[in-house]
Amino acid sequence: MELTAKHHEYWRKNLLITAVLLIIWFIATFVEGWYARELNSITFLGFPLGFYMSAQGSLIIYVAIIGFYAWYMEKLDKQYGVHEGDLE
Amino acid sequence: MSQAATHNAFKAQLKKYYSIYAGGFIAFVLALALAEQMGMSRKWIGYWFLFATIALYAAIGIMSRTVDAAEYYVAGRRVPAFFNGMATGADWMSAASFIGMAGTLYLSGFDGLAFVMGWTGGYCLVALFLAPYLRKFGQFTIPDFLGARYGGHIVRSIGIFAAILCSFTYVVAQIYGVGIITSKFTGLEFGVGVFVGLGGILVCSFLGGMRAVTWTQVAQYIILIIAYLTPVVWLGVKHTGIPVPQLAYGVTLQKVTELEKKFTADPKEQEVRGLAKAAAAEAAAAAKDLPKATAARKATLEDQLAKAKASNAPDYVVKSIENALTAWPTDPAEAGVLFAARKGLAGNAGPPRPHAQPFPGKDEAAQNTARLNFLGIVFCMMFGTAALPHILMRYYTTPNVRQARQSVFWSLFFIFLLYFTAPCLAVLAKFDVYSNLVGSKFSELPAWAAAWRVVDPGLLTITDLNFDGIVQLAEIVLGTDIIVLATPEIAGLPYVVSGLVAAGGLAAALSTADGLLLTIANALSHDLYYKMIDPHASTARRVTVSKMLLVVVALTAAWVTSFKPGNILFLVGAAFSLAASAFFPALVMGIFWKRANKWGAIVGMLAGLGVCMYYMSVTYPFFRDLLGITAPIASYQWFGMNAISAGVFGLPVGLATIFIVSLLTPAPDKEVQELVEHVRYPNLLGDTLKTEAT
Repeated sequence: MELTAKHHEYWRKNLLITAVLLIIWFIATFVEGWYARELNSITFLGFPLGFYMSAQGSLIIYVAIIGFYAWYMEKLDKQYGVHEGDLE
Repeated sequence: MSQAATHNAFKAQLKKYYSIYAGGFIAFVLALALAEQMGMSRKWIGYWFLFATIALYAAIGIMSRTVDAAEYYVAGRRVPAFFNGMATGADWMSAASFIGMAGTLYLSGFDGLAFVMGWTGGYCLVALFLAPYLRKFGQFTIPDFLGARYGGHIVRSIGIFAAILCSFTYVVAQIYGVGIITSKFTGLEFGVGVFVGLGGILVCSFLGGMRAVTWTQVAQYIILIIAYLTPVVWLGVKHTGIPVPQLAYGVTLQKVTELEKKFTADPKEQEVRGLAKAAAAEAAAAAKDLPKATAARKATLEDQLAKAKASNAPDYVVKSIENALTAWPTDPAEAGVLFAARKGLAGNAGPPRPHAQPFPGKDEAAQNTARLNFLGIVFCMMFGTAALPHILMRYYTTPNVRQARQSVFWSLFFIFLLYFTAPCLAVLAKFDVYSNLVGSKFSELPAWAAAWRVVDPGLLTITDLNFDGIVQLAEIVLGTDIIVLATPEIAGLPYVVSGLVAAGGLAAALSTADGLLLTIANALSHDLYYKMIDPHASTARRVTVSKMLLVVVALTAAWVTSFKPGNILFLVGAAFSLAASAFFPALVMGIFWKRANKWGAIVGMLAGLGVCMYYMSVTYPFFRDLLGITAPIASYQWFGMNAISAGVFGLPVGLATIFIVSLLTPAPDKEVQELVEHVRYPNLLGDTLKTEAT
């Protein structure tokens, strides 16, 4: 079958949100890890920040990334008419 | 009734059943607590936990028995996102996560957090790159997707090989964990423990395949998370005063850091560190001639005793040496166990490792290599997570794409609950050891320490090196598993909670083993037998073949486990690097790049796997010995990267090779292009392609 312009736009938006979330993931993981020593000089909630991020902060960001993606894509599915009906 | 109404009714029913189940389990624990107060022995509490939980899993297995292919391979694709999240959590968290993680964090401080980050952040990749698309594709296994996307049997075969390679190394580690737990808490022998556990695994997966495994895993998740959190919350209240210690242990971490500084400067600790170094060297040399070393140690102690008496040393010193002398065995075999434990003292030769400090090292270069290795482990664990077949398979079981996406969220949420608790437990336990165990008299050790050092010197050894009768930090050697196993006792909880923790560890090991065995059996029965050898086999026959293979694979794994292969942690890590190198590039490029073709995938998967295996075999001591390589490891290492992170090289090579080879060979045909479009959209109007297998 032929894909319509709308379909292509859906896929482009999907790629865009994937890229944005991936950049956040990369920063929360590798940039944070690279500068962990420097971050540790800051205190956050009683923790050295570098330690806090690796033990907890980045994990919370990961959960948020996935939750946001599921929510956003569901919206996008409906908007572009590619959703799967009313199965909750 | 419409499909949606049926599904909602099913979900409501599940919620009811599992709420009753969770309540019932808590009542069971309380009843045992009461029985303990009334005098039930520890051994019986252990038996109750072991057999009641295994019987429960077996019952779920029997209730979920099936011979239908879609039920057997993907639980009928009816698993709601929330419950699939719990099942994935249990599938994911292995014996190593449950029992070993907190101990690893205790011993390696910040650097151990690489596993915490890697084993959670990988789910971002699962969510963004794989789960929704694989669900839309909707067949039974991961090689299924590779076979359909790239065509031909070669890619599928490489997929089968890689799936079995990484799942098998992993399953051996799980069965080993089962053996350890059952033998430790019931007194059964290791081998018997392995087979009791194996029975629990098989009854469940044998009868009902993925369907039984799914509903058992949900039950196992509930047990394992209750078991993990209960003692930590208790310990947290003791040290931080609030029942959510995960948020408050920053203060405890500060106290630990202060104590580390104190220990580093303390002259007595410095003296003991020197003695620890000498004792470790003596223990390392003892293996050459055990009888002689055993006698020599005794002679040294006698000599020390005579000197102490002659020089009118204080009474407690004389008493301590006498104690050491009576405790020292004459039998070389017994002494061998003690020597092995004393080798661990080598780790105490230096000042304590600062817990919160990332990448400690003697100079700038060493620190930077440590940092590179930290990030390397994070990288491999993440991409490995997003490529392990037993995890990806779980996202075939949701009713649709949307629920597959939500299900990744719930998966990580349920995993997060344990993984953000482990670093907290490590700090709390460390504070307890630093403030209560260190400085106590050998004659009045805290109860948990006194008990565990007798149970297993490999888990806890405390040696009075300077004979002052008081515990110094450098005199304590801990095994990784002790932290979780002893937490209930450290927190001063009744034994029933220790039984609960054992049940939790067992649940973690069994659930992961279930998922892995199913993956291996399915790769052989579905991908190899049905898709490649006998495509006309009937459904019933395929399921029967799969069940038979399951038993064979399980017994083989148990047989391998009975040799007690060492380096389990390395094996688990290796599975991640291998999966990341072999699967990730081909899977993701198959979805995101239409131009990727069969030859690209073949050469790319082999290249990724090849580089990864090559790097491991030249830099990991075990394989080097096997191959007879004697040149120093450093001369083979790239950027000082350790063997466990070989995927750092395998994965990019795989990606680049698929890219280059695909461009050099003809583009895939139109059907493949349509397949790619098909998986990219949850629902395409006018799309006639139907890939979902039934």
